[in-house]
Amino acid sequence: MAFSVEIKNLSYAYEDLQVLEDLSFSVNKGEFFVVIGPNGSGKTTLVKLIAGLLRPKRSEVRIMGEDIRSYGRKSLARQIAFVPQNVPLDFPFTVSDVVLFGRAPHLGTFGLESENDIKLADQAMAFTEVDHLARRRMDQLSGGERQRVFIARAICQEPEIIILDEPTAALDIAHQMRIMDLMEKMKQEKSITAIMVSHDINLAAMYADTLLLLKNGRLFKWGPPDEILSYETLEPVYGCPLLVDESPLGRLPRVTPVPGRYIKEGYRV
Amino acid sequence: MSTVSRKILVISFAMLMVLIGVMILGLSMGSAEKGVIPFLRAIFRIGELDPLLVTIIWEIRFPRVIVAALVGATLSLGGLVFQALLRNPLAEPYILGISGGSAIGAIIGILMGLARFPGVSILAFIGGMGTLILVLFIATGKTLLKKEALLLSGVMVNAFCSAVIMFLISLTQDARIHNIMFWLMGDLSAAGKTEALMIAAMVLPCFVVIFWLSNSMNLLLMGKEMAHSMGVNVRLVSVTLLVLTSFMVSATVSSCGLVAFVGLVIPHLFRLLIGADHRVLVPACLFGGGGYLVLCDLLARTLPQHGEMPAGVITAMVGAPVFIILLKRTG
Repeated sequence: MAFSVEIKNLSYAYEDLQVLEDLSFSVNKGEFFVVIGPNGSGKTTLVKLIAGLLRPKRSEVRIMGEDIRSYGRKSLARQIAFVPQNVPLDFPFTVSDVVLFGRAPHLGTFGLESENDIKLADQAMAFTEVDHLARRRMDQLSGGERQRVFIARAICQEPEIIILDEPTAALDIAHQMRIMDLMEKMKQEKSITAIMVSHDINLAAMYADTLLLLKNGRLFKWGPPDEILSYETLEPVYGCPLLVDESPLGRLPRVTPVPGRYIKEGYRV
Repeated sequence: MSTVSRKILVISFAMLMVLIGVMILGLSMGSAEKGVIPFLRAIFRIGELDPLLVTIIWEIRFPRVIVAALVGATLSLGGLVFQALLRNPLAEPYILGISGGSAIGAIIGILMGLARFPGVSILAFIGGMGTLILVLFIATGKTLLKKEALLLSGVMVNAFCSAVIMFLISLTQDARIHNIMFWLMGDLSAAGKTEALMIAAMVLPCFVVIFWLSNSMNLLLMGKEMAHSMGVNVRLVSVTLLVLTSFMVSATVSSCGLVAFVGLVIPHLFRLLIGADHRVLVPACLFGGGGYLVLCDLLARTLPQHGEMPAGVITAMVGAPVFIILLKRTG
């Protein structure tokens, strides 16, 4: 079994609003898989379906070879960890509290952690370099530090798959790179499958093994970044002029959006 | 032993000692005979016993202290659960309309000339559960139990009930108005043995279930999505907590009226002091809230020269300044 996620003819509608239509693809084990597409193309809905937060109508999602609906809540939580876009922080939890919560699917309802759970949380915090913040309160952290805490929590859950919904949004460039480097390290050292939603095509191009491009709830194209990232593919999806050339880092596509004034002045793309 | 279990044990033990301390104080003091020494002599049967004092301690003060502890514990825990579930720092145990409904029931009972127990209590309980069902019904629509919908329905139902309460009060002119005012302020003077037993039977099982769900409350505070992805049955846990909490609060309100402020301030106090882990907060609120109301009730019945005042007067008079000082120091 080489796939951690298999999707077959997946459709999803919120009441009468059709969001996803007839998607089929698969994610290899240990792969860094990034979902891209314009706003409202169904990216978040897709990852919520994979994370089990939404229920597909028929058997269309398989996790580690099993139908997602055959998992119990906790057994699914031992396979998949989810890092949402927004996490409310209005209660004064500390960093180590939050990372330890990741052990919940492995514990009883009352959730008393053993020494081993605490050790795993310490390791996860060291892995994402937030161990020095362990006793700090979540609301005292910067955006980048918070994101690393939530990733540590996901790692502490010891899943096969980690799903992240735009973890680099609202971070500065250095912190974006730090999160992406961390994801790469996670893939290499822990061989965890990572599925991520991103708006940043260039960041995705630099790190992803596979890109999946959504347009209006349909799968437009999926494959390795250099196959997906061409202006012929991207322009019809995003509906704006884009330049694609090779990154100065070499052998990586680089996407440059074109400001309107260049087009008005008759600049030849 | 992990740090969490150690923290739970240490804080529970400390608060339990406080509770036992104020309970002994509550048993020792009263209008008949004051002082810890006569009380200890009566308990351990040392020297000559005053049979009247023994009767006062066991038949009058003991049930009252127990009821105060149970009511204080229930209200503090109720506030804790609602503040977490509704993510609203102003949430208190009566927020889902329980206070308004119970008050209407109780006032009707008082106006009908029924005894405080069981007549008024039963009507208050029916009123409280009635409004709870109404609020749940209003708030349940396409989106099951959205917190804004719950809060707004609770506030609206309570506002309507307040109007009915004022209407009923304005129709009343005799001494019953004094009874109504005491009930509305929360008053433990009618607490007897039967009531103590009934309240205990209704609230203790709720305490156990809520304590068992305390880690699910922690996870829910990380947002529904994250809680769900960590294996929490979000809907089942939320509904269970809402219904159990409302039920136990109704049970205490029906016998003691609307004891104010305990449920709002005790959870905040402990959150400031010991952090946000509900596995520690639940026992802290149970013992600490119980002790706080025992103490306030003690003051309510010993401070006035004649008779007594409603315990609800003391809870707010003492609690609000203490809380403000703590908030200033830690904030």
